[in-house]
Amino acid sequence: MRAAIRTVVGENQINKGKVTLDIPPLVENGSTVACSVAVDSPMTTSDYVTAIHIFNEKNPQPNVIGVHLGPRAGRARFSTRIRLADTQRVIAIAQLSDGSFWSDSVDVVVTLGACLEDS
Amino acid sequence: MARALISVPAKAARGEIITIKALISHHMETGFRHSTTGELIARDIITSFVCRYNGEEIFRADLSPATAANPFIAFYTRATESGTIVFEWTGDNGFSATEQAAISVE
Repeated sequence: MRAAIRTVVGENQINKGKVTLDIPPLVENGSTVACSVAVDSPMTTSDYVTAIHIFNEKNPQPNVIGVHLGPRAGRARFSTRIRLADTQRVIAIAQLSDGSFWSDSVDVVVTLGACLEDS
Repeated sequence: MARALISVPAKAARGEIITIKALISHHMETGFRHSTTGELIARDIITSFVCRYNGEEIFRADLSPATAANPFIAFYTRATESGTIVFEWTGDNGFSATEQAAISVE
């Protein structure tokens, strides 16, 4: 996960705050987990969010989703549904127009994991 | 053609922030599962979603196997002018789907 985050943020420092990752702390079925990310930003042409990424610790791959938005989004927020293979930490990282990175993480307990069960 | 459901308000005030929701039917096979005979099932997912408002890109998402089946994405944009909002999904094995919605801004 650390390597995947580094490919996105490079050598920049990741600050805590501004980002709110909304995901249930206890998940019964990891195949569909509703989650949303909101970033505290005025979303003006001079100060806006350019991208939001979600990473996880224990799925076969660390990337979950990366979205790109611009000042005309009005609200720096999106929702989606993701898969979680196991109990783990999920991290959301937002990139702002000034080049800074902000993050939030949530520990999620998964009762039944996704991805790995055979059909 | 995969079935897609999109939700865009038909009418909006100029400058209003509107919610857009997009859902498409797709099994999003992860490429990590095995069949009953023990063979790895090849990855088959949607890798990219783009939304354009009158030709201007307003939202783009890069999806991975960790996106749940039937990818659902909800996001926001500012209603600036009347026109069409076009949604485009692309993925493995040449998967491609587009959908559009009209919006009238007063």
